[in-house]
Amino acid sequence: MKAGTNLERVLESGGFAVTAEAGPPKGTNPKLIVRKADTLRACCDAVNITDNQTAIVRMCSLAGCVLLKQQGVDPVMQMVTRDRNRIALQSDVLGAIALGIGNILCLTGDHQKFGNHPTAKGVFDIDSIQLVRALKNMRDDKQFICGEPVSGEVPLFIGAVENPFADPFEYRVTRLAKKVKAGADFIQTQAVFDVPKFAKWMRMVTDRGLDKQVHIMAGIIPIKSAGMAKYMKESVSGVEVPDDIITRLEQTKDVKAEGVKIALEIVQEVREIPGVHGIHFMAVGWEDIVPDIVGKAGLLPRPAVPAAV
Amino acid sequence: MLTVTEQKPLEEITKFLEPYKKVYIIGCGTCPTMLHTGGKTEVIEMKKKLEAAGKEVTGWMVIPTVCDTLTKDALVEEKKCVDPAEALLIMSCAFGVQTVGLYSGKAVYPALNTMFMGREESPGVFAEVCAQCGSCRLGRTAAICPLVRCAKSLQNGPCGGSVGGKCEVDPNTPCAWQLIIDRLAALGELEKLEDIEPPQDWGKSHSGGPRRIKVEV
Repeated sequence: MKAGTNLERVLESGGFAVTAEAGPPKGTNPKLIVRKADTLRACCDAVNITDNQTAIVRMCSLAGCVLLKQQGVDPVMQMVTRDRNRIALQSDVLGAIALGIGNILCLTGDHQKFGNHPTAKGVFDIDSIQLVRALKNMRDDKQFICGEPVSGEVPLFIGAVENPFADPFEYRVTRLAKKVKAGADFIQTQAVFDVPKFAKWMRMVTDRGLDKQVHIMAGIIPIKSAGMAKYMKESVSGVEVPDDIITRLEQTKDVKAEGVKIALEIVQEVREIPGVHGIHFMAVGWEDIVPDIVGKAGLLPRPAVPAAV
Repeated sequence: MLTVTEQKPLEEITKFLEPYKKVYIIGCGTCPTMLHTGGKTEVIEMKKKLEAAGKEVTGWMVIPTVCDTLTKDALVEEKKCVDPAEALLIMSCAFGVQTVGLYSGKAVYPALNTMFMGREESPGVFAEVCAQCGSCRLGRTAAICPLVRCAKSLQNGPCGGSVGGKCEVDPNTPCAWQLIIDRLAALGELEKLEDIEPPQDWGKSHSGGPRRIKVEV
């Protein structure tokens, strides 16, 4: 065990893991995190707290993760390299470990242009792959990026993301391989809507044997309106929403029920794809639906894997 | 290679000049002339605008290259018209503004924003190609700089927002990494991208403090 977190235990024991994203509040109220923890506790093995996602200022991921931890939820701390340089990032990792956070997901982050402070200076001192490598070196070699020693234990379960739907398609597997080489233990992908394309990508992943080196979790976004589907298709770079999904949402009488049905179908299909070790829900503003989908997918109860395994 | 500039909004310029009545204007015969931001035509236009705003323009000149040390001599030659002015408005890149600031002893204001070192991609279209980072690694990336041409300065391949060869930040901007991958693929050198590129030494860039270098002369 690298960190012994619940997520690591489930994945390492060969279980099919379930995680979900919880966006922290655009304010100071800790109860909003507590409420999300209550919603997701029983249906997820770990919960991600996003790091100022889409470059909009929110409560920091570290604080959100501590609040989750206090509620008995295994947190996944997301860290983007957009806002902090290597000094601040490594410092936050030390603090996170001291506060009992063991899962860290490394991302570069959405460009600040898309957020609520578009005139901010983007830091981008290091990129996500360099952050993964830095965390691995902190854990395995007890070294900071500069080479100086880290004191104390560094139990970390290191995550990264990949978008199988961005271009150039063939290079996406190379990029995943780089993240694995850098030290990623688990991968959460961009939302899957186009299952055949995802399956094609996974075949390339398994052909390279990467599924044996890293746990890949497929991203799932439950859609609750046709408008949301269209918005994602047109305005969110790297998200592909097939037209038939939009048509189904437009033609149904009960759009939320149809959205759940679509999400369930995708969950069932990706579960069958070799090399997929779990699913990751990004139910932005619709976290309440996650327990329902996980239950209907037959993924409850979540496994209780003892720390000794 | 050009230093690409754009004119500041007139309101910003007139706000600078608010405390002054008499102004002298300097244009530049090199990059700003080619870019139509601070050549003779633009200087004459600016003169008219300032006069319309109630200023007295004591004179103007277009120096061949304002950033050159010869600017010192030009200021002396134009002493008769420069001296009565309370402020100088410089229609050159920031390099030229600072050169005039060094030699004139007067209040000096920029009329342009200095944007980047650019290459003319097609007539009238200029694009940034170098960030002057101080540690050139173009040898790895098929002579296309991801530091300046990727919106996130990624060193290890494209982000998840690269779609159809375009950058997510601007659909008119090509994804630098798509360009790099295409060119490396054509060269049969894609394996260059398998290695993990270590963090950049930003200490050689402006992050290390204002840069100075001494060469043997």
